[in-house]
Amino acid sequence: MNLLRGTGTQDLPGPVRSVMSVHMPALAVGLLLLVTVTASAILQPGFFSPYGLSASFATFLPLATIAAAQTIIVLGGGIDLSIGTIVTLSSAVSVVLMQGDDARLPLALAAGLATGAACGLFNGLVVAVLRLQPIVATFATSSVFGGLALLVLPSPGGQVSPILTGTYRMVLAMYVPIPAVLLVVLFLSWRMMRGTRYGQHLYAVGGNAEAAYTSAVPVSRVRVLSYTLGGMVASLAGVALLADAGAGDPTLGTELTLGSIAALVIGGTRLRGGSGGVGGALVGAVVLSLIQGLVFFAGVPTNAREFVYGCVIIAAIALAGLLTAREGSASGASGGRR
Amino acid sequence: MTTTLTARRLTRDPVVISGVVTLLLWVVASFYSPAFASWGHIVTTLTVASFLGVIAIGQTLVIIAGGEGIDLSVGSAATLSAIVASRFMDGSNDGFLFAVLVALGSACVIGVVNGIGVLLFRVPPLVMTLGMIAVVAGFIRLYTGGRPEGSAAPLLNQLVTGDTVFGIPGVLWLWLALSVVVIWLLRRTAFGWRLYAVGANRTTAHLSGVNPSAIRFSAYVLSSLFAGVGGLLLLGYSQNVYTNLGADYMLNSVAAVVIGGTALIGGVGGYLGTIVGAILLTVLSALLRTMQIGGGEWGDAPRQILFGLVLIVVLTAYGRQRHLRA
Repeated sequence: MNLLRGTGTQDLPGPVRSVMSVHMPALAVGLLLLVTVTASAILQPGFFSPYGLSASFATFLPLATIAAAQTIIVLGGGIDLSIGTIVTLSSAVSVVLMQGDDARLPLALAAGLATGAACGLFNGLVVAVLRLQPIVATFATSSVFGGLALLVLPSPGGQVSPILTGTYRMVLAMYVPIPAVLLVVLFLSWRMMRGTRYGQHLYAVGGNAEAAYTSAVPVSRVRVLSYTLGGMVASLAGVALLADAGAGDPTLGTELTLGSIAALVIGGTRLRGGSGGVGGALVGAVVLSLIQGLVFFAGVPTNAREFVYGCVIIAAIALAGLLTAREGSASGASGGRR
Repeated sequence: MTTTLTARRLTRDPVVISGVVTLLLWVVASFYSPAFASWGHIVTTLTVASFLGVIAIGQTLVIIAGGEGIDLSVGSAATLSAIVASRFMDGSNDGFLFAVLVALGSACVIGVVNGIGVLLFRVPPLVMTLGMIAVVAGFIRLYTGGRPEGSAAPLLNQLVTGDTVFGIPGVLWLWLALSVVVIWLLRRTAFGWRLYAVGANRTTAHLSGVNPSAIRFSAYVLSSLFAGVGGLLLLGYSQNVYTNLGADYMLNSVAAVVIGGTALIGGVGGYLGTIVGAILLTVLSALLRTMQIGGGEWGDAPRQILFGLVLIVVLTAYGRQRHLRA
């Protein structure tokens, strides 16, 4: 493990580390968050009311969770274009088992989680053991998972158990909606994982797989696990979607995948792996959701909404890209993955 | 000695492998349903493959140009060009050339924006072109109000589906001509050599006097241009448009390129492989349809699942990355 120590910034003196950690992408995404929250507060009536907060966080959570899942995979040097279909497949499995019955909830959730993990494991094996290029490989598996989702739940529907939807809409202590609590829990679990040896390995493999391999990091195992974890977290997003919508929808796949990648890029994670983090992706997802709401509340005509939303997203990505690329090329000079 | 060497090289050549897989799929299909072996069926399959083939031309160029190059917006460019063309043509031959030019021009705008985003703002190509899908879909919605109007000019329809000799439709000759041009462009022109040079190593290409940004920019614009051509061909074939006309071509074009042996890292491969890849994918989905897997109460789902699994198996044959231990 001594070999790894030199490459991480973890072991630098405290003050140096804290200055280095506030790099440009974090500033940029913080600024974006500030701008979008301010604009929402002005344009969206009752944005800060308990009801408004609860409604907002209810829409943030699914996207944020998928973005977190995608980030774990991207950090390890992969990418998962099938992540949206994992979400739809696992939520389809859950909702079909649930049948609107509270007693069946634990079983349904466990089955959904297992489905997500199994899909992720399959992806991981295809990418790490068969060594297929992640983009094409996960495109192929997205066709498989999407097909399975349609088999399990041919059309939008199903009934979510009332406890799940009820809990999801609860607001604690007047101002703290349950989804917000879950968002914080998600972030804290990430911080805990980041601190483990596996967290270190993940960054090492994504940053430079060959160097990691020569430093005795089990590269294939780390990759397979990153896809599996990603799949599992993606299935949690499926649960959040079910709780939010009250029914399952097998057709959302592609849209969710696009959203997850956009959110993590805005959040400052490098698509090549090894740099960034789930925290940024969570903020990125919140910014994306807020922009979508803003386009609605700013009175843009219905037919133009999609176009304006697309343009704003591209602008946000370009801004984040400009700052992340500078950062990326600087660290790339000292040994980026080729 | 030399023959065994050539034989070994041939069995490792992705183009040969996917050619053999295509033939195998086709033979299986013919055993299953003898109609598959008929001349008419072969022509139909190739016609369907031609749209994917033309759209994948640009995808091949962008991927060869490297720098994690990929163009996921080809499907959107095809849809946009078809929608613009159908509105300008509106079922008549007047101003045919003008409509074609406007359609291809609008497709090129997508490529220009992609190029600017990737080269100037350093957005990763995957993200940039993914984002453009949303922008173009939004623009189409704004432009058409959700319901595309107009239809193909009879002349376009004639060009695409019109019978020439032996029942071969015009679109196949067009695909052949484009293929010859693209393969010539890649193998025999300065642009082609520069494209490979930039894809293999941007720094050495730059030091050898090639402008990598100009080459990559033109690759993105050409990608949207050929996608636009593909959209026009689709319009001529189906005569009417809908808003997700080209959606299926987004990742299928990438799959066709990769099956053809062009690696996503850039700098290697060629269009011949993409042609075989496009035919392979089309034969595969035609086979699954003929076997009537799916349909009825199951819908498209089983076909989709098998398609993905077969794709993984085909890719495993050679589309694998280097082992770390090597």
